[in-house]
Amino acid sequence: MTKKLRRVPGYLFLAICALLSVGPLYFMVVSATNTSQDVLGSRMLPGANLVANFTALVGQQDVASAMWFSTIQAVGTTVLALLVCSIAGYGFEVFHSRGKDRLMNVLLLAMMIPFAATMIPLFQLFAQFGMINSSFAVILPAIATPFLVMLFRQSSRSFPHEIVEAARIDGLSELNIFARIYVPTMRSTYAAAAVITFMAAWNNFLWPKVIIVNNTYQTMPMLISNLRAGYVTDYGVLMLAVLLASLPTMVIFLILQRSFAEGMTGAIK
Amino acid sequence: MSTLATATGSGGASGTARDDEATPRRGRRRHGIEERRNLTGWVFLLPAALLIGAMSFYPMAQAFILSLKTGRGTRLNFADPLWYNYQRLLQDDIFKLTVQNTFVYLIIQVPIMLVIALILANLLNDRNLRFKGLWRTAIFLPCAVGLVSYSLVFRTIFATDGLVNDMLMGLHFIDSPINWLGQTGTARIVIILGLLWRWTGYNMVFYLAAMQNLDYSTLEAAKIDGAGPFKTFWYVTVPQLRPMILLTAILSTNGTIQLFDESWNLTQGGPAYTTMSMSHYLFELSFQKNPNFGYGAALSYVILIMVAILAAIQMKVGDKRD
Repeated sequence: MTKKLRRVPGYLFLAICALLSVGPLYFMVVSATNTSQDVLGSRMLPGANLVANFTALVGQQDVASAMWFSTIQAVGTTVLALLVCSIAGYGFEVFHSRGKDRLMNVLLLAMMIPFAATMIPLFQLFAQFGMINSSFAVILPAIATPFLVMLFRQSSRSFPHEIVEAARIDGLSELNIFARIYVPTMRSTYAAAAVITFMAAWNNFLWPKVIIVNNTYQTMPMLISNLRAGYVTDYGVLMLAVLLASLPTMVIFLILQRSFAEGMTGAIK
Repeated sequence: MSTLATATGSGGASGTARDDEATPRRGRRRHGIEERRNLTGWVFLLPAALLIGAMSFYPMAQAFILSLKTGRGTRLNFADPLWYNYQRLLQDDIFKLTVQNTFVYLIIQVPIMLVIALILANLLNDRNLRFKGLWRTAIFLPCAVGLVSYSLVFRTIFATDGLVNDMLMGLHFIDSPINWLGQTGTARIVIILGLLWRWTGYNMVFYLAAMQNLDYSTLEAAKIDGAGPFKTFWYVTVPQLRPMILLTAILSTNGTIQLFDESWNLTQGGPAYTTMSMSHYLFELSFQKNPNFGYGAALSYVILIMVAILAAIQMKVGDKRD
């Protein structure tokens, strides 16, 4: 009995933390269905104002276009980042050499460069090529990250090299070995990398804000951020917009939580 | 990408692989194959290396040159003296305030967050715990939403007539609503609470991953030796997690120094710049009103140096205690 009692504080602490973690998100979801007055009245139950909030939001802002640009940008970043970083991680591990190790160490240094320190010259660079307001400019700096290269490199350690040798003897080209053997074998690493890259790209705020100066091309985080700048905030509408901006990443999280955790921690094991 | 495809798909590599099998004794040929493979490896690395060079290292170097220049818009000239922008930063009260704000967040939030994350991970690592998946998902869930999203939710619940005040008044902790975002102290607290909410679960997942690699028998041994849960945690678990604690400390420090989304969306830097982060001020200097790229670049270099110094300090301290 005392043994069971001793566990009570632990469960209590977990319950409080879980409640505090979920609370604000629950409030966001129910508030999306309530009037602004009800939101400020701290109504914690779903209301009947969802459609009215949606109509008001769509009337004020071009949500469809922001969703579209967010999707293009996040999917584009994810696809290109996976391609470029996985082939590099594979190259580092399978064609291992001292020179490549040195290059990897240099590339890892880039992880410590704060984005702030590259933001202004990047803006100038893209401005020079007339690429302000383009999705391409949003995507390009996010494609190659030392973190992802590292993730694929670490995961490649478990990839059996004998398979590569065998495939070479069978006459498969190096690129084919990568595409036909490595990629399918490493499916779970790709899933993990895709989840973290997509979530980071979808939520990215500062760089799109810098490079997209015309609101016609804004992404969802920019759209909801601009909503709060209005004189009178309709909290029901605001919470609905925030919910819409968070929905894709929340769904991915709930389905692929394991991949997400693996992607976060996989590079450092 | 097209250059990559032609470079490796031209059949050179596959051809040499077959030669390798057919003529294993020809030394010179073999050497050629090795060299070719090595080259293929470099080609595989090329796109990522070039992109990281062009999108990180090159702009970083450019930013330094820019930080030595003054002028508006595209008409920039080297300053006299060269370090003029840095000198100006030292006299900029708003800049000093943003540094102070950032360090307030850093010093208060990071240790609290890491301790809570460690405790949570330790509780979740217990094999006899019930509803493990439920706790884990709930506490990890804040990571599913973007920084802008949660900032706006926090802005709403900490509004003067918002949820938090309603609850505190309902419980009779306070008599009149607190203007959370309108006062320096409370606005900073809201930012710190926001950061704790968003990132504690994230760090917990790192510790959980490290604990899975940890030898469970060491914990059992401690239990058999009569160590209570607290002693086991402090003397057995924590020392084994040191590398991970160091890593999360560096990551969190790095993230906090670069804080932007919360400052911009949750408090808008106010009241009177007292919650503004360095990156927020950098954005204001560089891309609003009257952009000054040279001065902004100098500020961005201060951020870079701070990140480097703090990481170096943490690595030194983290190593020493061994």
